[in-house]
Amino acid sequence: MPAYHPESELLMDYASGALPEPVALLVASHVSLCRDCQAEVARLEALGGALFDGLEGEAMAPGAMDHALARLEVTDNLEAASATTSPPSRAGRLVPRPLRDYLGDDLEALSWKTRAGVSEAALLTSFPGFRTRLLRIKAGTTLPQHTHEGSEYTLLLAGGFTDASGHYLRGDVAVADPSVDHRPVADDGEDCLCLAVTDAPLRLTGPVGRYLNFLARL
Amino acid sequence: MSAASRKSDDPPDPARLSRLVVAVGENRDRAAFAELFGHFAPRIKTYLLKQGAEAGQAEEMAQEAMIMVWRRAESFDPAKSAASTWIFTIARNKRIDALRRERRPDYDPADPTLPPALVPAAPAAADRAAELTQQAERLAEAIRALPEEQAELVRMAYFEDKAHGQIASETELPLGTVKSRLRLALARLRKALNAGGREDA
Ligand SMILES: [Zn+2]
Repeated sequence: MPAYHPESELLMDYASGALPEPVALLVASHVSLCRDCQAEVARLEALGGALFDGLEGEAMAPGAMDHALARLEVTDNLEAASATTSPPSRAGRLVPRPLRDYLGDDLEALSWKTRAGVSEAALLTSFPGFRTRLLRIKAGTTLPQHTHEGSEYTLLLAGGFTDASGHYLRGDVAVADPSVDHRPVADDGEDCLCLAVTDAPLRLTGPVGRYLNFLARL
Repeated sequence: MSAASRKSDDPPDPARLSRLVVAVGENRDRAAFAELFGHFAPRIKTYLLKQGAEAGQAEEMAQEAMIMVWRRAESFDPAKSAASTWIFTIARNKRIDALRRERRPDYDPADPTLPPALVPAAPAAADRAAELTQQAERLAEAIRALPEEQAELVRMAYFEDKAHGQIASETELPLGTVKSRLRLALARLRKALNAGGREDA
């Protein structure tokens, strides 16, 4: 079982549906690999259900239910058989289903860019404000020292890496906020595969934010 | 002010709501569906309005969400969630899809690299279902008992499509204060969430 979990705020935002898609994808992938977080998400969804049930209802239009019942007749007949999925390849097996839904089964078919022992394949590229990448780091590689403009979440899928904050293995989530100046080193023996989501400073808005963004690019 | 005057009959209790969803799933029971519609459709509409849907859109989407309830009722498992929780997740996903135009990555409870979950035998599943409906009742009680400043933040977290950071800027509270109030609220609610839960040692 993973040793490093998303913080409870992140799980709550996942349960409520407030997380932006790239971060939700990373959390869903961790939760797929973590029974503890599955139980916690179930509890947080139960809380959502209780809050939802406590809402004061807004009256529906007259005849709404008859209308819905009439639509049922139509949709019942249209219901498609759920697609059967073929079992994933061996590499695909390492990738939890939420992420596989984005990547497909064949990791080699992604367009990888390689530089200094690190290959990366971008996904969710049109999602504003976030960089989402699958990273493959050659065993034993030291990543160049870097800081982050935004927070970076990394979910380990295979292999492991170590930085000042700990040693991360399959299923673990590492969080680096902008103040962290870190230098992860991939474990020896096995290439490290991970999903990294960075929220870029693009999310800052307003005149001050734009000024900060400008400074960040200098 | 006059909340009492807006309440219609006594709302169905959680155990009844679960039975209604099961009846729809097993027998395509239209009377059960009508009762579910009467209870949940207006709440889904309120939920969507809070998320920024316009009135007509909220009405339309609430109907669509209830149609999903009909179509997916067979997959409802009362040993996994209370009816209100299950319908909340349907409304939530509908909102992400229709209002935000994003996909909702759902987690996979059966990842092949995880050891299989212990599947409870039939009587245990019935116990679990009963625990969940009791949990729903306890939670409703615990939410009512929360200090207002905490209850408001919890509602914002669930109903206003705002991550914690946005809540902080909106309420003009420091992020640390938002987090600590939400943690306090969660700590109070946890008693209601956990009591009797089997996986909570
Ligand atoms: Zn976890």
